[in-house]
Amino acid sequence: MVPVDYYVVLSAILFTIGALGVLSRRNPLIIFMSIELMLNAANLAFVAFASVYETFSGQIFVFFVIAVAAAEVAVGLALIVEIFKTKKNINIDEMNSLKG
Amino acid sequence: MSSDLIVFLVLSLVAIATALGMLFSQNAVYSALFLVLNFVTVAIFYLLLGAPFIAMAQITVYAGAIMVLFLFVIMLLGAESLAPTNSLPWQKPMAILLSVILGVEAVYLLLNRAGSNLAVAAPDASLNSMDSLREMAMSLFNNFLLPFEVTSILLLVAMMGAIVLTRQEKEAK
Repeated sequence: MVPVDYYVVLSAILFTIGALGVLSRRNPLIIFMSIELMLNAANLAFVAFASVYETFSGQIFVFFVIAVAAAEVAVGLALIVEIFKTKKNINIDEMNSLKG
Repeated sequence: MSSDLIVFLVLSLVAIATALGMLFSQNAVYSALFLVLNFVTVAIFYLLLGAPFIAMAQITVYAGAIMVLFLFVIMLLGAESLAPTNSLPWQKPMAILLSVILGVEAVYLLLNRAGSNLAVAAPDASLNSMDSLREMAMSLFNNFLLPFEVTSILLLVAMMGAIVLTRQEKEAK
């Protein structure tokens, strides 16, 4: 028996690490990975509560989150590749104009 | 101390260590590999929580498809490590301070407001049977049919978006 609070705390810690990654790293790919980490932390809390309350709704919501994350990554990485093609650089500090 | 709790504590150490490894690696390829390990650890948590279908979806979609895409793009762009730029010298300490505040507040509030005395029971063998999966599918296709269809449209739009974004370059040549 593991108290559900432990899962919630673990999820909060993982989310915080992801937020720290978004705030402190300058590589857009690592910022993207940190966003995935935050989505995963939220999923973990969803599944933990779904398991405690013995309902499938939480698991199905996680299923949708995974699908949305896959769509987000496909478009986001295509955008990063496109920015690299126009700017020859993907440092986040240099992405300061809308016009390539 | 039950065996579940020991497994949980060891796995959570691995999860936090790999998340920090992802954060602090200078090489983006190492970050991606740490993140794969983190996703696998979270998948094992899902197994502990009695959600085998989600665990397998996590491994195939996240650790499989998404991270392969990430590794592919990192190697395509040669973005393993970027030269450090210091446009804002106080940014890193500020980021650490703010995220520590966020973490403390999140843990405090979650335990106070969402915290419960409930415990996750060890999943019984019936969760690994076809009946459990069938029950979940019934719920998915009855109660959540509209979100399911919307998700399929979202994936179609994302696919078209990725194709359009990479096609423009060819036409410009």
